[in-house]
Formats: sequence, structure tokens, C-alpha cells
Amino acid sequence: MGKILVFTEYSHGHLKRSAQELLTAARSSGQTVAALAVGSQSATITEELKKYGAQEIHLLKDAQFDQYNPELFTAAICDVVQKSQATAILASASSTGKDLFPRVGARLNSGVLSDCTELRFSGDNIEVTRPLFSGKCFAKATFDISPVKIVLMRANQLPVSESPAASTQTTEHSFSKPDLKTVIKEIVRGTSEKLDLTEANIIVSGGRGLKEAANFKLLNDLADVLGATVGASRAVVDAGWCSHGMQVGQTGKTVAPSLYIAVGVSGAIQHVAGMSGSKVIVAINNDPNAPIFQKATYGIVGDLFDVVPKLTEEFKKVMK
Amino acid sequence: MKIFVCIKQVPDTETKIKISSDNQSIDSTGVKWVMNPYDEYAVEEAIKLKESKPGAQVHAITLGPKARAGEVLRTALAMGADEGILIDAPASLDSTATAKALAAAITKEGDASLVFTGKLAIDDNQSAVSQMIAEFLNIPHTTVVSKFTYGPEAITVERDIEGGAKEVVQMVAPAVVGANKGLNMPRYASLPGIMKAKKKVLKEYSLEALGVSADNKTKTLSLSLPADKPAVKLLSGDSQQQVTALVQLLRDEAKVL
Repeated sequence: MGKILVFTEYSHGHLKRSAQELLTAARSSGQTVAALAVGSQSATITEELKKYGAQEIHLLKDAQFDQYNPELFTAAICDVVQKSQATAILASASSTGKDLFPRVGARLNSGVLSDCTELRFSGDNIEVTRPLFSGKCFAKATFDISPVKIVLMRANQLPVSESPAASTQTTEHSFSKPDLKTVIKEIVRGTSEKLDLTEANIIVSGGRGLKEAANFKLLNDLADVLGATVGASRAVVDAGWCSHGMQVGQTGKTVAPSLYIAVGVSGAIQHVAGMSGSKVIVAINNDPNAPIFQKATYGIVGDLFDVVPKLTEEFKKVMK
Repeated sequence: MKIFVCIKQVPDTETKIKISSDNQSIDSTGVKWVMNPYDEYAVEEAIKLKESKPGAQVHAITLGPKARAGEVLRTALAMGADEGILIDAPASLDSTATAKALAAAITKEGDASLVFTGKLAIDDNQSAVSQMIAEFLNIPHTTVVSKFTYGPEAITVERDIEGGAKEVVQMVAPAVVGANKGLNMPRYASLPGIMKAKKKVLKEYSLEALGVSADNKTKTLSLSLPADKPAVKLLSGDSQQQVTALVQLLRDEAKVL
């Protein structure tokens, strides 16, 4: 029987939702569920790992793991994979996951399927669905002969449920620092306290219809009421109104929130590719022929400068 | 100084994707092939570095079917790369096999001071090959890079991470740098550049010549297009009525609030 090693990310002493999703999915495989957590605070989440069904917990508690370093993490994780004899790795397609696990895969001469939105276990193999061209098409994919099967899942795609394992074995691994050619000098914090677009449950996104950068304030006000993250179209990023980190689309971020509100966004094919996986899409645009309405669940044809402030007020009433 | 830049030919972002009758690949009829947008930043940064280092050379490498993939090297040459290297291989190669072949070609060429790539190819969305090349070359990497400085002791880069934060990373060269949007403004190829690029002879490798097999670790089972969405529900009335109706639908029908 195989063993699935789940790389569990956490913040402020709690498992991230993505880690809960991965553990819940791993449990459905019928294989041994092993969780890996790293960093000096990793012991604080072991109770939560148990709740979600970890039969083995592997910790790299040394403070050197508090800061992501691709070379260090690759070496240490490959070491844990070998010691635990894991046959598969599940991790989140987060900044860290996407950077780290391809390198781990290469070192283990294994395959990696990144940015997946669905996964199914069939025998010892794993089948996934992953968007290609940012969602213009979907591929079902699986592993050929791969010593370790590595799957990186997008956040917010899978259900979450608790189900503690009958027993859990915890192992602390020590790892002496190898010679590193990479040094992280500094982390410059973002100005935003909001969730990243790729993790956000609600996104309010603006396009050229906003006419100028300052008018994004309308969207920020709306987003504040909803606890949403603000995104933008390529046109307004290229115009310099917003940073590239806010861009949704084929050359920006691919997102799939529960609710995506597109304000003054025409719906160019490369933008729609990045957001059409959203559960509910609201379009607000003064052009009834804008292609965004073909993707939207609900639409308001109207002047956004009139509609958005009223919408903000209306949400205030129900979000209390 | 030898600077390598790995690039990929992909369908233009405006392409409407159709699926071939084999259900395993996209129908390339009428597809306009372009350089992967993130690779443009990689090529630009490679050329900028070359311009600041007398004697430096930029070697552009791509992997893909010979029938079309050479064109993307011509684009890189027209922008200012010195040499184009084509690895003739099927488009179905997976990330691990692709990275092995690219790393083998870089090793064969020798003396890499730096390897630039795009952070992600917009067709397969894997964002894996850059890191894998670094691993196969046993050199450090940083991806999603929006600022690059080459110093005598170390390379300093800024990597964009979640929530608008940045990591400032130092690496000892040679290293792989995966370019993000924002790194630079890619130049347009000049007309003389385009004319000159047309005449250049591309260097070619087969997978056999590189000692790499086309053994994939992953395989595509089938492709499908997204399901059609039901027609939009347009809200009527004045703006206040529209807004009230929308919030009610989001709460009671869609249940997303």
C-alpha cells in the first residue's frame, strides 16, 4: 500500500484551508496519510493534523525552516520522503509549493502535476484535472512510471472534513544545514493584509471601465465590506493603474473564488481564461454587448459609478 | 560570459482553443504561435545583461517540434540573442523530460554563467521546468523574479510571493532565474534585426544526441473544453432595484454570501 505525504502549510498557529483540503483528500485514498510540517512553530499544529486524519506526522522543527529556501527545503524534504518511504506527495500550488516541488520532483526523478483542480485516487495511482491555457481547456492527467507521484493542488477546490486517525505516530527529523548557494536576505511585506487572489473566496475585479487609477477606491470600498480581494484586468495593469500581482488572466493569476464581481471589465478571452472557474460571476458594465456577460451568472447593464456605491451600501446591510 | 535563455513557443493568448480528434492535444489549425509572454522578459533581461558585459553572448534554446519551433528562436535572435539552439522533440514531452533535455543541452554547450527562463508557460501552466533545470544542473534557482541585479559576488533578485510581498534573494552564479512580468519592458525586434535573424543558422540537437529519452513521468489522458455556462440573468429596473435584486440573489439563490 502506498503512503501519501501531505506538505501542510500553516499560519498563526493554524492549518491553512488548503492543508485541510489536502488531508481530507488523502484520507479518501485508503493509503497511509502522513503529514509533513516545517518550521519552529510546526509542533503547534500537530493536534489539528491529527483531527484531519494524519496517521504519521513528520516535523522539521529547526528554525532554519522558518524561512523558505529552495535548496534547503528540497534536500530536507527528499530526506523525509526517503525515510518515510512515501510514494506520493500532495501539496498546495502556493508560491512555496509551486517553487519547491518541481525541484523535489527532479531530484527524485519523478513526475509533477501542478496547479490541479480535481484529484481522484485509482489504485496506487492518482488522476487529476488541471486547467491548461489558464482554463480555456482542461486536461485529465495521471502518472506513468514515477517513483514518487507529486500533485500540487490549487486552494479552495476540495471539500474539508475532520476524521481523526485511530493513532498517530509523530517523528521529529533533524537535518544539518547543507552548503547553500541561495540566501534569503529579506522579506518585504506587502501593503495588503488581504488574502492573495489565488486564495480569496470573493474577488472584486476592475477594468478599463473605471477610467482612472483613483477610481479603484470604489472597488476597495466594496471589497472591504465583503472581505474580498481586489483584482484587475491586463489593460489596467499595463496602463500602470495596478500592480501585476493584481492581474487576473492568462498572463496574470488564475482564480476560482466563490464569487467574482467584474466591474468595468469587458471580458477579453485572456482575462476570462483566468476567472471562468469562479462559482458565481457578477458582471457590471455599461456595454450590454461586452463579452463578460456571456460568462456571467448575474449581470447589471449600467453605469458602474452609479451602481457600485449603491451595491456597497446594500452589501453593508446584509453583511452585518 | 555565456548567458542561456530557455524559451517556448505557445499559442497566442487571444487563441480560442480547439481539441484534436485524438482528444489528447489541441487542434493547431489556424493557431498563431508566439513566444511565451514570460519568456520575453527572460530574453530581454539576458540581452540587457549581455549589453553590460563586453564579450558576453546570449544563447536562446527551445524544445519543440522542428516543423514550427525554430520560429521562436528567430524572434529571440531578432531581439538580440547571438545563437539559437533547437531541441527537436514532440510537444507532448512532460516537465521532467523537457527540463532534462534543456539541462543536457546547456551542459553540452558548457560554461553557463546564467540561465534565464519565464516563470511559467501559459499553455501547460505547470511552472515546473525552470526549477527542474536548476536541479538537473545542480545550481540554485529563483522564480517569479521581478528585479535582477548582477554583482561580482552574487546575483540579487526579488521574487514576488503571495499578498504583494517580495523576497530579496542572493544566489551564487551560475543560477536559473525565472522571469515575471514587471522585470523589464521587452524590446521590439528591429527590422534589421529581423532580417539578420532570418539568415542565421540554428544549431539543432535531437534527444538522442543529448542522451535524453522521451520517457514521460506523467501522461495526459484526455482534454475537454469547459462546460457552457447558462445564460446570464440580467437584472432589470433602476440601479437601486438592480442592486437590491442582485444582493438578494447572491444571498438566497447562489448562496455565496
